[in-house]
Amino acid sequence: MSRISEEQVRHVAHLARLAVTDEEVEKFTAQLDSIIQFAEQLNELDTTGVKPTSHVLDMKNVLREDQSKPGLPREEVLKNAPDHEDGQIRVPAIIE
Amino acid sequence: MSLFNHTLTELHDLLHKKEISIPDLVGESYKRIGEVEEKVKAFITLNEENARKQAEALQAKVGTDESKGLLFGMPIGIKDNIVTKGLRTTSGSQILNNFDPIYDATVMNKLQDAQAITIGKLNMDEFAMGSSTENSSYQKTANPWDLSRVPGGSSGGSAAAVAAGEVPFSLGSDTGGSIRQPAAFCGVVGLKPTYGRVSRFGLIAFASSLDQIGPLTRNVEDNARLLEAISGVDPMDATSANVPVDTYSDALTGDIKGLKIAVPKEYLGEGVAADVRQSVMDALKVLEGLGATWEEVSLPHSQYGLATYYLLSSSEASSNLARFDGIRYGYRTENAESLIDLYKNTRAEGFGDEVKRRIMLGTFALSSGYYDAYYKKAQQVRTLIKKDFEDVFEKYDVIIGPTTPTPAFKIGENIADPLTMYANDILTIPVNLAGVPGISVPCGFSGGMPLGLQIIGKHFDEKTVYRTAYAYEQATNFHQQKPSL
Repeated sequence: MSRISEEQVRHVAHLARLAVTDEEVEKFTAQLDSIIQFAEQLNELDTTGVKPTSHVLDMKNVLREDQSKPGLPREEVLKNAPDHEDGQIRVPAIIE
Repeated sequence: MSLFNHTLTELHDLLHKKEISIPDLVGESYKRIGEVEEKVKAFITLNEENARKQAEALQAKVGTDESKGLLFGMPIGIKDNIVTKGLRTTSGSQILNNFDPIYDATVMNKLQDAQAITIGKLNMDEFAMGSSTENSSYQKTANPWDLSRVPGGSSGGSAAAVAAGEVPFSLGSDTGGSIRQPAAFCGVVGLKPTYGRVSRFGLIAFASSLDQIGPLTRNVEDNARLLEAISGVDPMDATSANVPVDTYSDALTGDIKGLKIAVPKEYLGEGVAADVRQSVMDALKVLEGLGATWEEVSLPHSQYGLATYYLLSSSEASSNLARFDGIRYGYRTENAESLIDLYKNTRAEGFGDEVKRRIMLGTFALSSGYYDAYYKKAQQVRTLIKKDFEDVFEKYDVIIGPTTPTPAFKIGENIADPLTMYANDILTIPVNLAGVPGISVPCGFSGGMPLGLQIIGKHFDEKTVYRTAYAYEQATNFHQQKPSL
């Protein structure tokens, strides 16, 4: 049985903000299915009570002084923006 | 003979005896690039005009206090996912095709303080996702030992440029083997430091809990000296470790009497080529001859490393790569009426296949209803893999095995099947999951292609890793052999 359907692949692509063609949906469905099948070997292991590791070093809450510092100059920030006008980044209309 | 057959210390001495100049060193790089780059294709962007200017300016300071540092005036190549102010940085992706960074990575600030000279930006798999550099959206880099073979990846440009003599040293990054595997394939020395040893500020993130920047060099001594220069805690990276930086070069004594080596049986099992296995057994004999002892051990969860890694690294990548949205920097689609179409089309047009595949896998593993079954499960298995290493390191100083199961494969051979390609990293991935340091040093040849010996150490014990690697290197001559290009 397939572990992931074309419909799920379309849903995941939407969540990931990726436009996909029908051919890509078909290809990703097959490829993700085999990768997920491969990943399911982890179910052979009993991990009841095992703490998850998100980070290998024993450190948490790295804090610094809350000091104000100058931000980046506007022209630097806009230098790589694909579209800008009057010192602001321009995007398509958000509100209809 | 190439100037770059000298070690860093030798070049420094030649510079101060006025036998060579900094323009000679930088000139050597660009001359060699002129000779072989058409075949090797290691660089995405060159920094020639600036580098030559900098060389002239620094030459005037030779002999002053400022010139005492070992890296003063030394040419270096930088992987293209390390941001360089004013020098295009693409991460191998079309989505950053015209990205001109407005700041420098911390490692670049450190190299500039040391007055090293950036020769150019090196090719890589897009966003460091790959094991062959074939996923670069710019070009395929060739292995200098056999142009029909891959240099490995993702730091394929960094390894190939050093092997081809285009630069004497380079920086790469390693998330699941991306420094060590290409170092092995190209016959150079490459180290992935302990997680947190080198600041990640300005390294374009792939999987933040695994990524580390590290050096690729022609010998162990240069590697140790380069790591000294780039290591240390950084207020700009909260995951950089506040642990003093050792003087790694002090470990280069050649003395490993009494060293206790563990050899995991899982690293010499099925899927590891006979020549690779033999080269490791030969290396263990050399190390025994130097007074070390070795025993077979088990890292029982090794076989689960690959699945764990692909779930965790893809999940982290799906989150990290959300920033490429076509708004503030990078490529933006021409085809969008709404904001959501702008995101979707920008990303569909800007990312390559492998990057999309991993974003999809990661988004799936993190999505509602699947998080516990895939992401959390993988994090739990990561704990078991990490504990495997802790158990072995209670009794042994280093773990030794091959870096890769096979020598470099042909360009195009594995590209159609993601799982076969992923299997290349089976011996390097557990090291990233555990966060420990690992080096690859040349240990032989198979069918004319170099092989790599992997030496793995305890957290923040790069010193013992270098001590072992140096003693082995000095007792062998594999690192002195160069490809004929």
